[in-house]
Amino acid sequence: MLQRRDALRILAGGGAVGAFAVLGLPGAVFAAAPGERRLVMVVLRGALDGLAAVPPLGERAYAEKRGAIALKPPGQPGGALALDAHFALHPALAAIHTYWGKGELLFVHAAGNGYHTRSHFDAQDLMESGLSAKAGISDGWLNRALSLMPKGDRRLGLAVGGAVPLILRGAMPVASWEPAGLRDASPDFITALAQLYQLDPLLGPALADGLKAQNFSATVLGDDMPKGKGGFGPKSFEPLAAAAGKLVAAPDGPRIAVLEMGGWDTHVNQGAENGRLAQNFEGFAAGLDALAQALGPAWKQTVVVAVTEFGRTVAVNGNDGTDHGTASVLTVMGGAVKGGRIAGDWPGLDRLEENRDLRVATDSRRMMKSLLRDHLGLDAATLDRKVFPDTAGLRPMNGLVRV
Amino acid sequence: MPPISASDALIAATRFGFAPRGDLAAIGRDPRGWVLGQLAKPAAPLPGNLPSAASMVTAEFEMRRDERDKDDGAKRDFDARVKAVYLAEIAARIDAAVASDTPLLERLTYFWSNHFTVSILRPAIRGFAAAFEREAIRPYVTGRFSDMLLAATRHPAMLLYLDNAISVGPGSPAGRRGGKGLNENLGRELLELHTLGVDGGYTQADVEALARILTGWSVARLNEPDPGRFRFRPFVHEPGAKLLRGKTYAEAGEAEGQAALLDLARHPATSRHIALKLARHFISDEPRRDSVERIARVFRDSGGDLRQVTAAVVREDAAWSSPFAKVRTPQEMLIAACCVGGFTPPPEMLVNSLRALDQMPFFAPCRVGGFTPPPEMLVNSLRVLDQMPFFAPSPAGWPDNAASWVSPEAVLRRAQWCQAYAERMPDPPDPAALAAAAFGEALPEETMQAIRLAPSRRAGLALLFASPQFQRR
Repeated sequence: MLQRRDALRILAGGGAVGAFAVLGLPGAVFAAAPGERRLVMVVLRGALDGLAAVPPLGERAYAEKRGAIALKPPGQPGGALALDAHFALHPALAAIHTYWGKGELLFVHAAGNGYHTRSHFDAQDLMESGLSAKAGISDGWLNRALSLMPKGDRRLGLAVGGAVPLILRGAMPVASWEPAGLRDASPDFITALAQLYQLDPLLGPALADGLKAQNFSATVLGDDMPKGKGGFGPKSFEPLAAAAGKLVAAPDGPRIAVLEMGGWDTHVNQGAENGRLAQNFEGFAAGLDALAQALGPAWKQTVVVAVTEFGRTVAVNGNDGTDHGTASVLTVMGGAVKGGRIAGDWPGLDRLEENRDLRVATDSRRMMKSLLRDHLGLDAATLDRKVFPDTAGLRPMNGLVRV
Repeated sequence: MPPISASDALIAATRFGFAPRGDLAAIGRDPRGWVLGQLAKPAAPLPGNLPSAASMVTAEFEMRRDERDKDDGAKRDFDARVKAVYLAEIAARIDAAVASDTPLLERLTYFWSNHFTVSILRPAIRGFAAAFEREAIRPYVTGRFSDMLLAATRHPAMLLYLDNAISVGPGSPAGRRGGKGLNENLGRELLELHTLGVDGGYTQADVEALARILTGWSVARLNEPDPGRFRFRPFVHEPGAKLLRGKTYAEAGEAEGQAALLDLARHPATSRHIALKLARHFISDEPRRDSVERIARVFRDSGGDLRQVTAAVVREDAAWSSPFAKVRTPQEMLIAACCVGGFTPPPEMLVNSLRALDQMPFFAPCRVGGFTPPPEMLVNSLRVLDQMPFFAPSPAGWPDNAASWVSPEAVLRRAQWCQAYAERMPDPPDPAALAAAAFGEALPEETMQAIRLAPSRRAGLALLFASPQFQRR
């Protein structure tokens, strides 16, 4: 898994100050005697459809608004997996369903990030900076949280993947790890590129032939996904997550890690129990499971949180997909999680935001404050000032983790 | 594909630089003047303490001597040094291409370095192929062609790459003792690739005559003065007069070669050959015949003054009116991404990228019939540089036309690279804003639309770099 040519770097102020092989993690690299509690953030880019991940099957309007992409109730072939009387789980997320039964998985539904924009770029910036308005964004809230760790117990942050995402960038030094070699391109990117190349007499046919040789379907828009795990596609998440688990489990390893996964911008052919989104869910769930396995005994002290920049429209669009919406779902999983339930309020599907989107019932920063306070032991008042400035009105949620 | 509508500033930055850097407005109101003004001075030397070719040739000779003396560590130490030097050289020349105030001079350096290709596929020159470019190409890009021709031909890298260092005149004292003989490799490439061109009207007898003229041009060994530098060896020089292209060169030792090269540099076929290659490189794969003829005339009238010849290319109307139809080579694409993206990856990633894209610097394929490296040499090269994809030989240097660079696999790999680069940018800017700053109004709406709709900044940047417009220049 971790190979010689994979690169682990320690970055300070954005520049690499050292690089070494990951298998020989020198103890001096990470702060001495870190605490045992671990937090892994997963940034899902492109806007995850929360109503597909955790569908409110008990809701009358659900099947009607969702049309062709509505999921069938539990018990039917290809049906969703039961969670509680009102909610179910997408069948492609089966790999994490067992964690629900063990009480290690909860969802915060109808969650938003305290801003109103349907632009991916702006929304991701705001979500990662932890601010409500786009003004002078330069660092991420998780990096600011790192700076609050008690002195002598400064648990280094780790970015898994290519570069350090904004959520972890800032004054505190962080490490980054990336697998070796040129990775396959993601299906989303190739799909968009194939469209751009359509009228290009030279690059168009060459790309089409290249894709055929790699067993993509000719249209790319179909269900064929790359087989390999090395690329940017849905299957690439699992090895990254497993690597993150190993690094975070190490006695002298980082205690806070960030992973990213794309492929959520499902405007076209989203699918129901099968299809593009289902494949992304499958990769996502396999990754979380691999992360849990790789953490071993440290799983008991771990919380994994998956966030996304906004949700998607309640109704299916004309291309069997969904468009940019407002509220989505947060996944909170880990041995330290008091799970097996849906946390937060549920606004229902009868009254919608701008008549189209699921309304926000819970600001995701309330959930994050809860974890930073109860799981990592940071001072709540300082969180209101430094990590999520001017948010004293957003009270932390209660009882998300076992303390 | 809809044509790209390019402002003169965009043309100046794209056609005569590697790509726009920052704001196009920085080029000012006189883009042609901005380009031509760069030709006033020679190219700045690369910064840093890069070792001279002579020192690396000497180190190579010493390594071979020590290896003969059964010093097992000699080769390992030398290989490590070669790898470090290679990385430093690649980083320095890409940094210069990305950041130089005179991007045209960097483009010219790459062009002429490719014209006078030396390749590490010949492992014996792996330590100083990059030094060759710094010493024999870079200082001459705005000088006289004949000076560059002489510098390149006399350089140890070229003499070793094309075997002249071991060529022996059959009638020389060394030749009469038997054993080694004449090697035509350099003589042939000089006529076919460096001067007259393949249609330049020379014969096999001319190839042999030039090879005889050049016998004795070699590299000083460890036991000679100035080891690792050019050295003329009278002992292997073919004596007597030689007949090259109808002209008799009287016996004059080392000076014979100089005289022959000066005559070749002046030949009308050379002017047409160079003019065609320049026009193909800077204007289009199939340049207009009248453009080539005008550039060739300036070459002849100026005595091969490359400042004036380059200015003639810049002054061609076609350079300012043709669409961007040339496909960027992988190396050009990488540098363009660094220019526009404002992020140059660390040296290892640069080299890994170029390796993955099949365009390792100084790894140009070898000549058919010239030299095919035996497998163990290839393996050695692989070991020195970690890994290297095998690629088929082609006539000379890197190809300079779209068809050579657009294969299904190559296009996929470019796409992969663009995504990988975007994923690695430390602080990804807004892709639509970046596209607008770098390309002005020149990108078609469908490209801008795709960039704006991308699910993340990095995804949008990957699309910008992989777009049909960015892939061309």
